[in-house]
Amino acid sequence: MKKQKKLAGLQKRKAIAGYMFILPFIVGFLAFMIQPMAQSLYMSFCDVQVGAGSFSPQFKGIVNYVRAFTLDAEFNRLLTEEISRMCINSLAIMVFSFFVALILNQKFKGRALVRAIFFLPVILSSGVIIGVETDNKLMASIQDAIGQTASSGISITGAIEEILQTAGIGTRAFSKVFEIVDGIYDVAIASGIQIIIFLSGLQTISQSMYEAADIEGCTAWESLWKITFPMISSLFVVNWIYTIVDFCMRTDNEVIKKISEEITIQINYGFASAMSWIYFGVVILIIGISSLIISKGVYYYE
Amino acid sequence: MSDAAVKMEKESFWERNRKSSGYLLKKMTRQTVYKIIRAFLLFGMCFLILQPILNKISVSFMEERDLYNNTIISVPEHFTTQNYFLAADLMDYGKTLINTIGVSLTIALLQIAVCTLVGYGFARFEFPLKKMWFVCVLLVIIVPPQTISTSLYLHFRYFDIFGIIGAIRGEGINLRGSKLPYYLMSAGCMGLKNGLYIYMIRQFFRNIPKELEEAAYVDGCGIFSTFARIMLPDATPILTSCFLFSFVWEWTDSFYAKMFMGNTRLLARELSMIADRVNQYVSLVVGDRTGASVAYTSCMISTGMLMVIVPLLILYLFAQKGFVESISSSGIKM
Repeated sequence: MKKQKKLAGLQKRKAIAGYMFILPFIVGFLAFMIQPMAQSLYMSFCDVQVGAGSFSPQFKGIVNYVRAFTLDAEFNRLLTEEISRMCINSLAIMVFSFFVALILNQKFKGRALVRAIFFLPVILSSGVIIGVETDNKLMASIQDAIGQTASSGISITGAIEEILQTAGIGTRAFSKVFEIVDGIYDVAIASGIQIIIFLSGLQTISQSMYEAADIEGCTAWESLWKITFPMISSLFVVNWIYTIVDFCMRTDNEVIKKISEEITIQINYGFASAMSWIYFGVVILIIGISSLIISKGVYYYE
Repeated sequence: MSDAAVKMEKESFWERNRKSSGYLLKKMTRQTVYKIIRAFLLFGMCFLILQPILNKISVSFMEERDLYNNTIISVPEHFTTQNYFLAADLMDYGKTLINTIGVSLTIALLQIAVCTLVGYGFARFEFPLKKMWFVCVLLVIIVPPQTISTSLYLHFRYFDIFGIIGAIRGEGINLRGSKLPYYLMSAGCMGLKNGLYIYMIRQFFRNIPKELEEAAYVDGCGIFSTFARIMLPDATPILTSCFLFSFVWEWTDSFYAKMFMGNTRLLARELSMIADRVNQYVSLVVGDRTGASVAYTSCMISTGMLMVIVPLLILYLFAQKGFVESISSSGIKM
C-alpha cells in the first residue's frame, strides 16, 4: 500500500516536471497562437476601423467572405492558381527529393561534396532570397525577350517540346510536364529539407534486409519497391505536409502577397483576415485529405 | 581449399566470365553504365543548383556597359569591384551585418534553448493531456504565420498582458518597431518554424534508451540534472543542426523582420529594398532623371544578394557536417 502511494507520488512528480518542461510552449501557444487566431477569426467577420490609440471592430457577418469570393477581381483567380501550382510542385518535389535521397545514400567518390551542394538550397531558398530571385526573374525574362530574336531554336528541350506538342495527344498533360521541367530549378531548390528527412529514413533501414533479398534473387529494382518504399513510407506523410506548409510560407506566393498588401497599404484588416482564413482553410483541407490518403498506404514496421 | 581460393584470384577476368557463363561481364557492364549515368545526372543537378550563384558572381564584377554587351556571358571585360562598394554603401553593410549577427544569434539561441526543453518534455515524460498538447505543436507547424499576422500586428500595436496594462494606463503599449515582441514570441516557441525544431528534438530524445535515464535516477540525479548532465551532452549533434537552421533562417527571414523589427536594420530587409535605393541613388547622386536601368538594378541585386549570403556560405563551409551529416546519418525516425 505504502509502495503504491510512493509510486503514485513519483508519477505525479514526473507529470509536474513534464508540465514544467513544456510550460514555455503552453504559454506561448495560448498567448501568441490561440489569442491571435481567435481574434483574427473574429476580425474576419468584422469591419475594422483603426483609429489613434485603439481599433474598433464592428460585427458585419460574412460580408468579407462574400467580398473575397464574388466582388474581388483577383482573389479567386490567385487562389486557384496558387493551389494548383502548390499541388503540382509538391508532387514534383516529393518525387525529386526521394530519388535524390536514394542516389545520395549510395557510395561514390565525392559524395560529401555532392551532398553539400544539394543542401545549399536550404540556405539559398529561404526567406527573402527567393523573393528577390523572382523579381530578378522578371528582369531576366525582359532581357530574354530582347535577346530572343538573336538566339532562338537552339535548345534541345524546346525542340522536343515542339515535336511532342504537334503530336496532338494529351497536349495539356504534356504542357504541365514541361512546366515542371522548365521549373526544375524551383523544385531542386525547394527540396533540401525533404532530402535530409528521406536520407535519415534511409539510414534506419538495416542493410541485412537488402542482403537477404539479394540472396533470394531480388533485383535492385524490386527491392526498391518491396523494401525501401514501405520502410520509409511514413516519411512521405511528414515530407508532404512539410512541403505544402513550406510552399504556403514562401514570399513569392501571390495570395500571401495580396494579403500583406491589404494589411500594409489598404489597411483593411477585416478583409485581409477573411482572405487568409479562406486560404488557410483550403490548405488545411488539402493537407488533411491528402495525408489521410497517403497514410492509408503507410506501412508501419515493428 | 585455400589453394582453390588462390587459384580463383589468379584467374583472369575472361576466365571467370566464361565460368559464370557471361554473367560477370553483364553485371560489370550494367554497373559501369549505371555509374556513368549517375555521374552525369549528379553533375547536371549540381550545376543546376550552383549556376545561379556562379552567374551572380560573374555579373557582380561587371561594369554597366558589360551588361549590354551580347558577347560577354560570364567573364567580365571591364573588371570592377565598384558594385560591391556601392552595395555596401546602400545597405550600410558593416552596421547592418553586426545587427543581423546579433539578432540572429540571440534569437536562434533562445529558440533552440526553449525548443529543447519542450522537446525533452514531450519525449520523456508522461502527463495528462500530453496528446492534446502535441497536436497543438503539429498545429503550430501547419498554421502559416500569415494567417495570424494581421492580428499579431494589432496584438503588438496595442500590447497588453491579459488587460493588466490597459487597466493602469488606459491603453496598451505600442511595441511595434521594437525587438521585444519577437523575443517574447521566440521564448514562447512561436518563432519561425519552431514547431519543426520541437518535433525534431523530440524525435531525437525518444530514441535514447530509457535505461540511461533510470540509471541516472538510481544514482541520485534529480529530474533536471539528469536532463542537463546526461541527456543534453548526447543531444549535441541534433541541437547544433537545429541551431544552424534557426540561425540561417533567421538571417534570411523577411516576414517577421518586416512585421516586428521595423527600426532595426537587418540584411534581409535591406536586400529587399536595394532596388529602390539604387534607383534613388542613380537619380539623385548621378543625376540621371530616368533612374537606374533594368540591367543595372538586377546587377546590384545580385551583388547585394551575394553580400548577404557570403557570411552564410562561409558558415556552411565550416559547419557543413552540422547541417547535413548529423541529421541524415543519425537515422532519426521521423
